[in-house]
Amino acid sequence: MSADTTSAVGPVEGAHLYDVDNPAPLIEAPRKRTKKTPRSTRGNFEMAAWLFMRLSGVVLVVLVIGHLLIQLVLDGGVSKIGFAFVAGRWASPFWQTWDLLMLWLAMLHGANGLRTVINDYAERPNTRLWLKGLLYTATVFTILLGTLVIFTFDPNIR
Amino acid sequence: MTAPTLEKREAGFADSPYITATFRIRRFNPEVSEHAVWEDFQIEIDPKERVLDALHKIKWDVDGSLTFRRSCAHGICGSDAMRINGKNRLACKTLIKDINPEKPITVEAIKGLTVLKDLVVDMEPFFQAYRDVMPFLITKGNEPTRERLQSAEDRERFDDTTKCILCAACTSSCPVFWNDGQYFGPAAIVNAHRFIFDSRDEAGEQRLEILNDKDGVWRCRTTFNCTDACPRGIEVTKAIQEVKRALITRRF
Repeated sequence: MSADTTSAVGPVEGAHLYDVDNPAPLIEAPRKRTKKTPRSTRGNFEMAAWLFMRLSGVVLVVLVIGHLLIQLVLDGGVSKIGFAFVAGRWASPFWQTWDLLMLWLAMLHGANGLRTVINDYAERPNTRLWLKGLLYTATVFTILLGTLVIFTFDPNIR
Repeated sequence: MTAPTLEKREAGFADSPYITATFRIRRFNPEVSEHAVWEDFQIEIDPKERVLDALHKIKWDVDGSLTFRRSCAHGICGSDAMRINGKNRLACKTLIKDINPEKPITVEAIKGLTVLKDLVVDMEPFFQAYRDVMPFLITKGNEPTRERLQSAEDRERFDDTTKCILCAACTSSCPVFWNDGQYFGPAAIVNAHRFIFDSRDEAGEQRLEILNDKDGVWRCRTTFNCTDACPRGIEVTKAIQEVKRALITRRF
């Protein structure tokens, strides 16, 4: 590494492109704060989202570990899962509620987490817009489809 | 009489405090090149000296074009925060012997702010965030004729955050700030904390509202980079969490 270090003051390849009157462009920091940065807006969405992540996380630990135990470990493990097994479970309102709650919490928890990731990493406003649009569409679709299936499940389907 | 003196001098020579240390400095000069490059400087220096002394030695004796900020040189003014061996520190509070001078010591400008030249960055966005949290005492009503008294316990409540010297070591160590300069950053939140928890101040609610915004405290990911970087030992992440807690408890 030390071999290819060159002096910043030494000659630069391609002659002298820049000088005192014609300095090189500075490398600006992403989305830097200026006087025009929007003033604070009222509303607690970010706080609600932050709280939701903590609370849903705690509930999900119970729901998901319970779900994994029942589906994959207890009573013969994964081999027992079939149409009859699912039909049997969803005959009970308890398991319907469990699955519905898990679906909504997990989807919103994951979507909110991804929203945070997009906010942190996507620099350009357009990239943010498209990524978030995609995320929200996928989330709404999955939640609605899942809810529909849980509520309209027919064990006698042909 | 001559022999002991000679021996003494020889002994003193053998344990000379000077070592040869390599400083690998990130140089950028827009008047020469659009690229930033690493440049190595080998200097003889006492390892008990500070990195700032080494930078002085380079600037004064080797390359006068090396550019960096420093004012008091004793850890009070907060001018010389820089990234030394990949960690934000004050050059004037970092002893060379503490950062393994056997290997090249890397020195670069703090991240997340526009580099103007060598180790000098544009601090304006940082100070803009600081100004946006209103870091001054706000009160209502008439000005008292006496000083505004405060109990020792009330003063203790925000003692930690009064120590901030605005060196930007915390804000420029924050990964959220690196990618999104719109985030207030730890330093602005620390200075808001200093007034929010001051019993004499009456605009705490207003400051909380500012930090409740989408670029406020909720963007903190508690990576503790700021607490690690702070040269004054402020528990920055804890201060941010206290602001979050105040935001939640004032409503429920």
